[in-house]
Amino acid sequence: MSKKITIEPVTRVEGHGKVTIQLNDNHEVIDSRLHIVEFRGFERFVQGRPYWEAPVLVQRLCGICPVSHHIAAAKALDVIVGAGDGDGLTAVGEKMRRLMHYGQFFQSHVLHFFHLSSPDFLFGIDGDPAMRNIIGIAMTNKELAVQGVMMRKFGQEVIRLTAGKKIHGTGAIPGGINKNLSIAECDELLKGPDPLNADKMVEWSLSALEFFKNYHKQNHTKVDDFASFPSNHLSLVRKDGALDIYHGVLRAVDANGKRILDDVDYHEYYNYIEEEVKTWSYMKFPYLKHLGKEKGWYRVGPLARLNTCDFIPAPLAQKEFEEFKAYTHGKPNNMSLHYHWARLIEVLHSAEVIRDLLHDPDLQNDDLVVKVKGEKKHEGIGVIEAPRGTLFHHYKIDDNDLITMANLIVSTTNNNEPMNRSVASTARAFMNEHETITEPMMNAVEVAIRAYDPCLSCATHALGQMPLEMTILGPDGHVLDHKMKD
Amino acid sequence: MENLENKIKINLDGKIIYARKGSTIVEAARENGIYIPTFCHFEGTDPKACCRICSVKINNRLMTSCTTPVTAGMEIESNTEELKDFRKSIVELLFVSGNHFCPTCEKSGNCELQALAYRFKMLVPRFPFSFPRKEADASNPKIIKEQNRCIACKRCIKTIHDEQGRHYFAYKNRGQHLEVVLDPVLGASISDALAKRAMENCPVGSILYKGKGFDQPIGTRKYDKQPIGSEIENQS
Repeated sequence: MSKKITIEPVTRVEGHGKVTIQLNDNHEVIDSRLHIVEFRGFERFVQGRPYWEAPVLVQRLCGICPVSHHIAAAKALDVIVGAGDGDGLTAVGEKMRRLMHYGQFFQSHVLHFFHLSSPDFLFGIDGDPAMRNIIGIAMTNKELAVQGVMMRKFGQEVIRLTAGKKIHGTGAIPGGINKNLSIAECDELLKGPDPLNADKMVEWSLSALEFFKNYHKQNHTKVDDFASFPSNHLSLVRKDGALDIYHGVLRAVDANGKRILDDVDYHEYYNYIEEEVKTWSYMKFPYLKHLGKEKGWYRVGPLARLNTCDFIPAPLAQKEFEEFKAYTHGKPNNMSLHYHWARLIEVLHSAEVIRDLLHDPDLQNDDLVVKVKGEKKHEGIGVIEAPRGTLFHHYKIDDNDLITMANLIVSTTNNNEPMNRSVASTARAFMNEHETITEPMMNAVEVAIRAYDPCLSCATHALGQMPLEMTILGPDGHVLDHKMKD
Repeated sequence: MENLENKIKINLDGKIIYARKGSTIVEAARENGIYIPTFCHFEGTDPKACCRICSVKINNRLMTSCTTPVTAGMEIESNTEELKDFRKSIVELLFVSGNHFCPTCEKSGNCELQALAYRFKMLVPRFPFSFPRKEADASNPKIIKEQNRCIACKRCIKTIHDEQGRHYFAYKNRGQHLEVVLDPVLGASISDALAKRAMENCPVGSILYKGKGFDQPIGTRKYDKQPIGSEIENQS
């Protein structure tokens, strides 16, 4: 008799989602879906608001990566107010935004690795569920837990000093920023009491990488084979091919490294990317137009970024990048759990960039906003690399400065299809031909989703609690089995 | 020694203070370092007593302190639990009768309504939200009149006028449909300076100067630095 398994909610991800898995009479997985069951509606209710409110309003989408939305919206509005096409700001304007953005990258990636994912590595997928959380980490590996908490704190301090608040600040405004950084503020981050200083963050980023690489060394088959499948990869890269999370051109490669989107101007993203709507999820399914729905889907985020860029413009991260690339002989890496490896290289990259920016005297300049502005436009597009991947903000305004249209393609949306494929791959590997579905099997599915660090919006790791409900239904809809953990 | 000529003695919350003859209770309190909140009353204009938030009790009767002159021997209750709750209820009513979303409002940190809500420790209003359907009027080249946030205090009507005394803002409609609107003809020629002053004088975020927002960093806004009323209370 066929069965339908529901995992709801998916835990240790940002937001609320559920998974359904359909088994046939032979206990084989025949279908699986990751449903995003929350609805936000920001694209609609930003309409009718003055355009300069957008960076402050849309960042409320999320409490984990508000800076990404804040800056993507501000970049779109730079175009509208005539301050260039994303690269026309003053030195202090762009560098302050970059500092804010790298601070956010650092804290978001750290939150994901230490708080949400490291329990799976430390205790194993089939470890005691009561221990698979940050408290469990603190009880068994205090040093690792302290590093996670303090690294996140450092990233948030960078945001506070650049945006005014740790969450939902106001630093970026159309055409620039609203504050610079004093030498005393720079010193707060450069020479802060141990461990809250930039040098320590670089050191700890390296040790986090070592932690993962050691785990990988001991479990390489498990890590490499877990939800591994070929895919396309898309991200922004700097015009010279460097990893750049603030500005650049759109590049995509296929599973073998062939360019399928060749450094195109992101202001024309709508010529290359289309979104498909499916009835069973509030999240759309983007794909590359010229390849179609079946072949055009792609991954974004840390793994995709390291697959598309040519180099990382920071010495320590570049060294790690070379090791990462060598592992797949220079070809794109299609192993889902290697998202964590790529993410930790980006943590190191962010720490290096933050440290170097804090030494830059341009941060003390007073020309916060572009003074000589070009012609005002009625449409603007801003694209950045958010921690979870490429983020598109597109706005149109009327003659009275009110927003008439907004289109946001959020990072996690880009990863919709690959996350669904990861669920299918893991469900097949762990559940096929098993009559009884166990908690570790369910956690394996969640581990696959968690690798993408999906921000299904707003929710965070259930500290100490992991509410998970799974129902096995027969073809006639009656409940065959019901499992609940809380 | 303080010159007590032209001053009279009054009793405010059991404390004897000296007030200028002819001054109102609000003025006398402020001159003695005692804060009584006001919305519609704005320095340099005649008091109108339309918001009632400055209400005090004299002989057990509610009186608006912005319009009531002091008299010798007057006994006034102001900072009692009952009156604090009364004022808090007015703040709550103002919140529920409009659409005030502080997190995305340009005036946040400089907003008197928000500052008073903090002062009165307002968490959840006791009244149901009315969620009125209102629009932002952005037809003027320099000003957006955001009707969702207007508390109809009349400050803009009283203070923003041209050299001939013509007012840029006016009341429109009556009762629950009352709105403060910007004169479309006269408003078309409003100067930059006057448009900016209109935004400054508005106690909430209902008048916005176009194209400029959030350029004052968090932490440097008026009520980020000190709570409303403390500038008066700290002077004594």
